[in-house]
Amino acid sequence: MKPGRFKYHPPSSKAEALELKARYDVDGSFLAGGQSLMPMMNMRLAQPEALIDLNRVPELSYVEERGDRVVIGALTRHAEAERDALLGAACPLMGEALRHVGHQVIRNRGTIGGSVAHADSAAELPAALAALEAQITVESSSGERVIEATDFFEFHFMTSLEPTEMVTAISVPRLAPTTGFAFLEVSRRHGDFAVAGVAALVRDGRARLAFAGVTPKPLVVETSDPDPAHDAVAAADEVGLADDLAGSSRYRRRLIAVLARRATERARARARGAGEGS
Amino acid sequence: MTDLTGDEVTELTLTVNGERFTREVPVRRLLSDFLRHDLGLTGTHVGCEHGVCGCCTVRVDGTAVRSCLMLAVQAEAADVVTIEGLSKEGEPLHPVQQAFQDAHGLQCGFCTPGFVLAVCGVLEDDSRTELLGDDEIREAISGNLCRCTGYQHIVEAVRIADAKMRPGAAAPESRA
Repeated sequence: MKPGRFKYHPPSSKAEALELKARYDVDGSFLAGGQSLMPMMNMRLAQPEALIDLNRVPELSYVEERGDRVVIGALTRHAEAERDALLGAACPLMGEALRHVGHQVIRNRGTIGGSVAHADSAAELPAALAALEAQITVESSSGERVIEATDFFEFHFMTSLEPTEMVTAISVPRLAPTTGFAFLEVSRRHGDFAVAGVAALVRDGRARLAFAGVTPKPLVVETSDPDPAHDAVAAADEVGLADDLAGSSRYRRRLIAVLARRATERARARARGAGEGS
Repeated sequence: MTDLTGDEVTELTLTVNGERFTREVPVRRLLSDFLRHDLGLTGTHVGCEHGVCGCCTVRVDGTAVRSCLMLAVQAEAADVVTIEGLSKEGEPLHPVQQAFQDAHGLQCGFCTPGFVLAVCGVLEDDSRTELLGDDEIREAISGNLCRCTGYQHIVEAVRIADAKMRPGAAAPESRA
């Protein structure tokens, strides 16, 4: 339960980090919060030749407003984003999803960019970002691209990141007060990975749902049906549901229906509440 | 112990429990192992070594973290507090330690250092004006595993410590 040997590089700038990644390519791993990579290294599931530690790169840690979007630097800790007043006011779905990411002590160290790049299919952030139609900025030493969250996540632990690229920022839209939101999940304990989770946005009577933990990448469903459960289950059946120790596919199918209804109901109530208040 | 001959090593300087240390360490040395093997601070316990049990929780620059998920080199120039640093020999216990004793929040004690440091991190958050409710206490300790107590006495210990550390704070509103 100790990591294998690696070369350790603590770059002090993003440019230096990207040069190192270009040099090591698939044999180098970025180390951000370490809450997923370190367990994998301790168990020798991951044995990178080189570790590029991003924790001395402060330029990657920020939350900023840019036009009608909020941009979160990749090294921003979950706990920082969860408490961030600007993000909380502009896009409250993020804070609600972040509260479910691991445990408090994990969130103190874990990073937004790390969760995104790791792309665990049971993780909360990929689903929240897919529901929000977030954009993910990735950079390599030869340039930058912006990828839609729905295109970024491809399969369990698989993304459209190239080996020499780094996730450098996430941008989420500012939600109108009349847009309702909710994040709900079912897990064995608070902080465990979701057996099934859902991020929901409701605007103009239309619901956009993204589920975590049920399919190899976030399952996105759009529906105007007053009861969203039917469309959600139909979309899940088309892909096929996860069947593992956390829950059978039959149980997950049931959870999708329940979570779709509960999340849409909560989001609708919030949208109405905001409408009445203003 | 892992055979570390032939490993890349680096010099590390940091503060642990108010004392400054400089040591040469292999870059793959975990912070938990550094505290235990290099500094002899065996109060930081190592259970699962992959971030599940919470026993190795310490505070790094004031923030509670899992020391088995940090490399020692990442603590360069940091200020680390372990269970040994919470109260000095012969002086009163930290309110959280005292509350664990008063409420019988431990039996075998293996998980206790991790619980105490994680709880300190939560209770010292000054943004709260109300005492923690039971659900919040359970959420706060959900990242730490205890195999003896059944958690009831730990929840009680956190409630006692919270009240002691935040005199005058309002009781939590009853929550649905």
